[in-house]
Formats: sequence, structure tokens, C-alpha cells
Amino acid sequence: MSHLEVRNLSKRYGDFTALGDISLDIAEGEFVCFLGPSGCGKTTLLRAIAGLDPQSSGTIHQKGRDISALPPSKRDFGIVFQSYALFPNLTVVDNVGYGLVSRREGKAAVGRRVTELLTLVGLPDAGPKYPAQLSGGQQQRVALARALATSPGLLLLDEPLSALDARVRLRLRHEIKALQRTLGVTTIMVTHDQEEALTMADRIVVMNQGAIEQVGTPQEIYRRPATAFVADFVGSMNFLAGTLVAPDKVKVDGFTFDCTAQDGLAPGAKVALCIRPEDVRVRDLPTDIANRVAVEVAELDFVGAFCRATLKVQGTADVAMTADFSSNLIRDLGVELGRKLDVALPPDRLRVFAA
Amino acid sequence: MTLAASNRSPILRVAMSRDDLMMRLGVVLFAVVLLVIVGLPLWSLLAKAFEDRDGKFVGLANYVSYFSTPALFDSALNSLHVAAVCTLIVVPLAFFYAYALTRTVLPVRWLFQGISLIPIFAPSLLPGLALVYLFGNQGFFKGALGGPIYGFDGIVIAQIFYCFPHATLILVTALTTADARLYEAADALGASKLRVFFTVTLPGAKYGLISAALVVFTMVITDFGIAKVIGGNFNVLATDVYKQVIGQQNFSMGAVVGMVLLAPAAIAFLVDRVVQRKQVALLTARAVPLIPKPKLGRDLFFTAFCTVVAAGILVILGMAAWGSLIKYWPYNLSLTLANYDFTNFDASGWDSYFNSVEMAVGAAVFGTTLMFVGAWLNEKTREFYLMRGIVQFLAFLPMAVPGLVLGLGYIFFFNAPNNPLNFLYATMGILVVNTVAHFYTVGHLTATTALKQIDPEFESVSASLKVPVWRTFGRVTAPICLPAILDIAIYLFVNGMTTVSSVIFLYSSDTKLASVAAVNIEESGATAVAAALCIVIVITSAAVKTLHVLADRFLLGRLQAWRRR
Ligand SMILES: Nc1ncnc2c1ncn2[C@@H]1O[C@H](COP(=O)(O)OP(=O)(O)OP(=O)(O)O)[C@@H](O)[C@H]1O
Ligand SMILES: [Mg+2]
Repeated sequence: MSHLEVRNLSKRYGDFTALGDISLDIAEGEFVCFLGPSGCGKTTLLRAIAGLDPQSSGTIHQKGRDISALPPSKRDFGIVFQSYALFPNLTVVDNVGYGLVSRREGKAAVGRRVTELLTLVGLPDAGPKYPAQLSGGQQQRVALARALATSPGLLLLDEPLSALDARVRLRLRHEIKALQRTLGVTTIMVTHDQEEALTMADRIVVMNQGAIEQVGTPQEIYRRPATAFVADFVGSMNFLAGTLVAPDKVKVDGFTFDCTAQDGLAPGAKVALCIRPEDVRVRDLPTDIANRVAVEVAELDFVGAFCRATLKVQGTADVAMTADFSSNLIRDLGVELGRKLDVALPPDRLRVFAA
Repeated sequence: MTLAASNRSPILRVAMSRDDLMMRLGVVLFAVVLLVIVGLPLWSLLAKAFEDRDGKFVGLANYVSYFSTPALFDSALNSLHVAAVCTLIVVPLAFFYAYALTRTVLPVRWLFQGISLIPIFAPSLLPGLALVYLFGNQGFFKGALGGPIYGFDGIVIAQIFYCFPHATLILVTALTTADARLYEAADALGASKLRVFFTVTLPGAKYGLISAALVVFTMVITDFGIAKVIGGNFNVLATDVYKQVIGQQNFSMGAVVGMVLLAPAAIAFLVDRVVQRKQVALLTARAVPLIPKPKLGRDLFFTAFCTVVAAGILVILGMAAWGSLIKYWPYNLSLTLANYDFTNFDASGWDSYFNSVEMAVGAAVFGTTLMFVGAWLNEKTREFYLMRGIVQFLAFLPMAVPGLVLGLGYIFFFNAPNNPLNFLYATMGILVVNTVAHFYTVGHLTATTALKQIDPEFESVSASLKVPVWRTFGRVTAPICLPAILDIAIYLFVNGMTTVSSVIFLYSSDTKLASVAAVNIEESGATAVAAALCIVIVITSAAVKTLHVLADRFLLGRLQAWRRR
């Protein structure tokens, strides 16, 4: 059974629709990321699930219980805000134990639980300190420990890592993910960082303008984006404007490319033919390979581990695409500006979207 | 199928938690309290202005007779005239003083800042008394002004003293919030100093200047003590209210004059609100604070300027203090403490002083609690917009209402025989309540600002942890806001000690306050004794304020170790 069932959820602010008819299921123990550009409604959806800013219409069930109209205090969740919202005048111990004290557990029991939680998040000695005396990453872990203290069934994280610098963020990604796996707590994390979502989530919910664009595993989202928006938002993608001439053929400025059969689109439709830069093949092309084109290297940008090349397709006016070449490849093939070479676009890596 | 269905799904009504329910009840209760201590008294006043002496409804008759009585109508013009002149003098003076404090390198800056605040701790009577000593019929420099001090000139000089700190405080704040980056940019563009002043400094302080001007204007129009002491035959609105009510027992006409007095104060208040609203957007930019660098010529000039102004303040204060210690002005200048033996001059003796302290402490305790808890309820209650809006309006109303007007309203409301709260009339209780109401807005604003500065998600976190909201109030919110809470308490104490205007109608022989006693004693001609009483008030409120500053600096730092990094 799913842990959370969201049905036809809408949220309006006056005339503005912040969320339009969202339906979503989240399985027990799953780690789900809400991913999308700024202002797309991720936080709004999270806060509706928490009951902090209730939806205008629609229902939410948690473990089969209808919580749609319950106030936050009657729901079962722990939450970490972007600001952490740690109580500055309470020590770390008191912050983490904040929700335990009111539950009439013995002082000793609370103390044990707090120690256990602090060890869990890797801060066994931070107890007597005040939040202002901790680094950002440490504060974030205390906030996590506080949210987990009451063993909630659902953990909500609103951009928990966005206030941290890049290194700390990388480390905490793994720590949070590992912690979540150990505890098995169903978790929703809001983020606008696609890398964060791809590395941490079991499933990603890509949102845009108050609607869900696609729900899927990181692999699915990256490999088979359902819409042009997802294709563009997650990872890099080349968009070549063309026309569908047969169910599995797209014509781009005189060239016809083979692709997988498209059943949603009628021949003659204007489409975008998409390929990721790393999927452009250069090495060891068999002579009869599909979608072979001659290109000229027009730009070459060093990006660190690889170079991103802009390739102009020969025999077209202005069709160009980017491709990622490893340093090895550049050396072996002697790739440089102005160099002409043949590349292939593997049909199973091509995506076609209505334009 | 789902799409069509969802469009028809009903708007969701969220159940209230016990916290929500309790907080809404709290807001309603709080609204009722504000209605009783602010709304209804003003309403009674409004109604009274339409009644004759016997309580019969006479429509606009009172207003007609007011505007057709030249003596009364002239007072209104006098008030406007004095207020306009004072504003034109005080605002530039305060601006340059504030500029010196914030934008130049002054020696003993803290001292200059401290001196500029002194008038806040004095009843408005005090500068009037000092001027009588200096320029009065038997004054040191009588005739130096080319005419009698009683009247227009006296009022203006005393008002400058009295309003100066308020304008300075506002302008210091306005000038402190300046963005250093703007000045760097102007410098980089090679703008001349004068040009920078007119294109960056002045526009940056624009809202502060408008605010200061409105505050001074309102203070002058509504102040009663100064005009009473040094106004002579120069009638203003505030003295007219007093004369109509206390002198002629004409409450209806008093109410009419009160309404006329309310108009300019209310207009000034509305203008200020509009201006403040615009300023919010300005302050959200991430500014870099400006730290002045030494520059000899400028610093010398402003040190001289501040010295002159500070000396002026000290002379007035010193004159009152000296006058209070002199045996028989101007014939026997030897010193004595006899004037401090108030029993010889006023039936209540030192009792009035202790009444004042009792009242000020009461107002501080009761007022701070009400203001902070009320502001918290109004800030943190979810939704419930209409009621919260009403509360916000009632909390802002006192700012627009002169003390005399509120005091009059209190007579009409609490003295009505059919009012169940009638028992409060002529008790210490009504003085406390009235003082809290009179100074409500500033306390409410201080509390609201402090509450807005703390993380808005504390309540969300508490709810998710199933901790009742009042517990978070006690363990987190209130402790974090302790400095603001102390500020409010001290503000109420100081104003409780010095206020005259609103309590002058409300005391009984047992509850006479020192500031009121000073007015009565001065009326009877014992200037030195009145000055002595004023000095005792200054010393008390300044001492409490000093304690507060010291506590803030040393004690609070120790108690609130969590603020340190
Ligand atoms: N109280 C409100 N009143 C009106 N509009 C609002 C309110 N809160 C949010 N919105 C609007 O709803 C939309 C979604 O906001 P939300 O905070 O959910 O975005 P988000 O996806 O979390 O963005 P970000 O990544 O910037 O945090 C935005 O366009 C925002 O302007
Ligand atoms: Mg957000």
C-alpha cells in the first residue's frame, strides 16, 4: 500500500493557480524528490502535505487515513526547513529533545533518545552547544535529528541543502540518503538542483508551473524524459527542429534520421529531435551505421573532465549540436577547431517531442 | 474522468487544531480589550460632541457654535502656526545632529547621543519652567527676546527642546540604514561632496525626514504642558480643551475641540502610514553599513554644532534644576532643598511622586504583557484575517489620538453611570489603563517588529513535533524577544512618569500623579516647587533608563549566552 495518496490537489491564491490538479502516490519507505524550476509549486505542494498551507481542493491520504482537512499537529510528519528553524536560545540537546519532552517520557529516556539521534547524525559531542556556535552543515544535521526525534512516518525536507557550500552539500547528500535507508522512513525532498535529485531520489517528481510533468526513477527521467520540458530541465539536451515524415523517421533540414516509432504523433507534425551531448557517437563508426552525418567542429569548450564541442552539420544552413568528447578521444582523433569528422546519432538514444 | 470531477470538488475547509482555536479566542479577547480601552472611549467622545450640556442630541450645533466663536477658532490657527514653525526649525536641527552622530567622527559620541535624549525623560512642563526662569518677567535675560516670553516665542523654544529627541531618534535610524555601496559608487563617479549630499544622503533619508516632520507637528499640536505654562494669552487647541472641561465644565464643547484636535493628528498619522509603507520596499535591499572615516574640517564643524545644541539642552535642564534649588527667585539666590518638601505646597506631598512610580510600574507590567502577548497572537494566528485586521486597526488608532482627546473619551466612557466598568473611574487602575492605551501603538509596533524578525517556521516546527504553541511562546519566542520586551517596558515606564495630557482629567485626590501635581503647583505660582517635581521625575526616569542600558549591555549578554557566536 502506498504511504501517501494525493488526489486532484489544487491550490489557488486568488486568481493564480499555484498547483493544478496534482495526483501522486508515494510508496512506504520511498525517497521522493520534487524537482522543478523556481516558483513551480514544489514548496506549495510540500506545505499542503504538511497541512501548513492547506490545499484549496483535493484530498490527501496517509496510510489510508484521510488527512486532507487535519491541522499540522494532527498529521504524522517531521519537517526540515531551508532555514532549519532551530531554536537559537536552546542548546542542541534541547532542540533535538523539543518534541520528546512534551510526551511525558522520563527524563532519562529523553536523554538516551537524544544521544542516540545525535550519534545517528554524526554529532555526538554537539549537545551542549547553541545553534549559533555550529557550522551550517552541523545545524542542518541537528534540524534533521530534531525532525526524526519523534519517529515520524513521513519526513519532509524543503531544500535542506541549498544554504550550504558545494563540498558540504555533496557530503550531506550521501549522509541523508544513507540515514534514510537505515531508518526506512518515507521521505519527500524539495529541490531545484537536478544533480541532487538524480543522486538521492528513488523516484523524482518533475514539476513545472503547478503541474507534474513526469514521475519516474532517476534513470527513467534522464533516459526517457516524457516531455520537452523534462528533457530540457534535467541534464543537457540538443533540440533539432524537424518534421516527422514517417512514424520512425524525422527530417531535419534535408537529412532524415531514424528513430524509435512514435505513436503519439501524426506524420507531418513539427517535432523536436533530441539527443544528449554524451550520446553522440564518434569512435569506431561502422560504415552502415544509422544516422551518420558529417560535421565540423565550430567550438570547443574545456569543462574539466571532458570537452563540450559544438558541431555544425555539413550541408545544412545552421543545424548544430553539442557533443561531449573525453580528453582521450580528443587526443586520439586529433579533434580541434575546424576539424571535419563523422558522427552518428544512435536511434535508440533519440527522443522526439511535438514542437 | 478525474479532471472533470476535480473541478467540481468542493473548497476544502480545514479543521482547527486546539492551538488554532485557542489563539483565535485569544485574538477575539484581545480585540475586546482594545475596544474597551481605545475604541469605545473614542466613540463616546464622538457622540458627546453632538450633545448639549444635558446630554440631548443637538446635531452639529456644537460645531456651529465652535466655528462661529472667533476666540476658539483662532486657537486652531494658533496651533497650526506654532506647529508649522516648530517643525521647520526642529527637523533641520535634528537632521544635522543625527547626521553628525551617524556620518561623522565625533569625540564622545555617546555623550552627545545621551544628551540629545534628555528631554524624553522630562514632563513637557519642564522647558516651560526653565524659560520662565531665563526670560520671564523676573528672568535672567528678560527682554533679551525683544518682548515677553509668554506666548508664541516661549512655546516655540520650549517645543524645540521637547520635540528634538524624537526627531533625532527617527533621523538617526533613517541615516543608519544607508547603504555604503551607494557612496562608494558616487565617489567612484567623482561626484562632489555637496552633490553626493543632495543626490544620495537627502533622498536616502527622505522617509525619515517626512516621518520626523509629522511626529514633531503632531507633538506640538497635541502637547498641553508647554502651552499651559508659557502660553500666556496665546491660546492653542490643547489649552482650550482644558479650559472648556476643567474651567467651564463644558464637556460637549471640550469634546468638539477634542475632535478638532484629533483631525491634524489623524491626518499626520495617515500620511505617515502611507510613507512608511513605501519605505519597506526600500529597506529590503541588502545594504552594507556605512562607517564614517575621520575628516578634520567636517568633524570639527559638526563637533562645534553638536556642542552648541547639547549646551542648549543642558542650559534648559540646568536652569530648571538650579531654579528648583533657589530660596527666593530672583531676590535670594542662596541654595536650599526646601522646594523639594512638597507637603508644604500640595496636599498630596510626595505621595504624588509615589503614585507616579506606582502608575508607571503598573503600566509597564500590564502594558508590556498586553502588548507582547497581543502582538504575538495577532502575528501568529493562522488565517482569521478580518479579526486580525480589526485588532491591527485598534492597535494603531492610539498613535493618531492626542492624549487630551483620549483622556476626555475616558471621562465620557468610564464615568457613564450605566457602564459596568464605572468602578474603575477615579482609581489608579484607570490611570494605568489610560496610559497603556495612550502609548499602545509604539509598544505594539516594537513587539510586532521583533516577532517578524524571528523565523516564521518556529510554529510549524512545533506543530510537527506536537508541541502546543503556547509552550513554544514561553520557551522560545518570548526569551528571544526579551530585549524588545524590556524596551517596551522602559518606554511605558518613562512615558508613565512624564505624561500629563491624558491623565489630567482622570486623577482623584488619592491618585494624583507627580506630573499633574506639577501643573497644579505651577498654576498656584510656586514655580520652583514645580521645577523640583519635574527634576525628580527626570532623575527617576533617566535612572531607570540608564539601568536598562547597563542591564542590556552586561546582564543580558550573560543571561543570553546563545547570542554569542
Ligand atoms: N502566499 C502566496 N500568495 C500568492 N502567491 C503565492 C503565495 N505563496 C506562493 N505563491 C506563488 O505560488 C507559486 C509557487 O510557489 P512555491 O513557493 O511553491 O515555489 P517553489 O517551487 O518552492 O519555488 P522555489 O524553488 O523558488 O522555492 C509561485 O509562483 C509563488 O509566487
Ligand atoms: Mg520553495
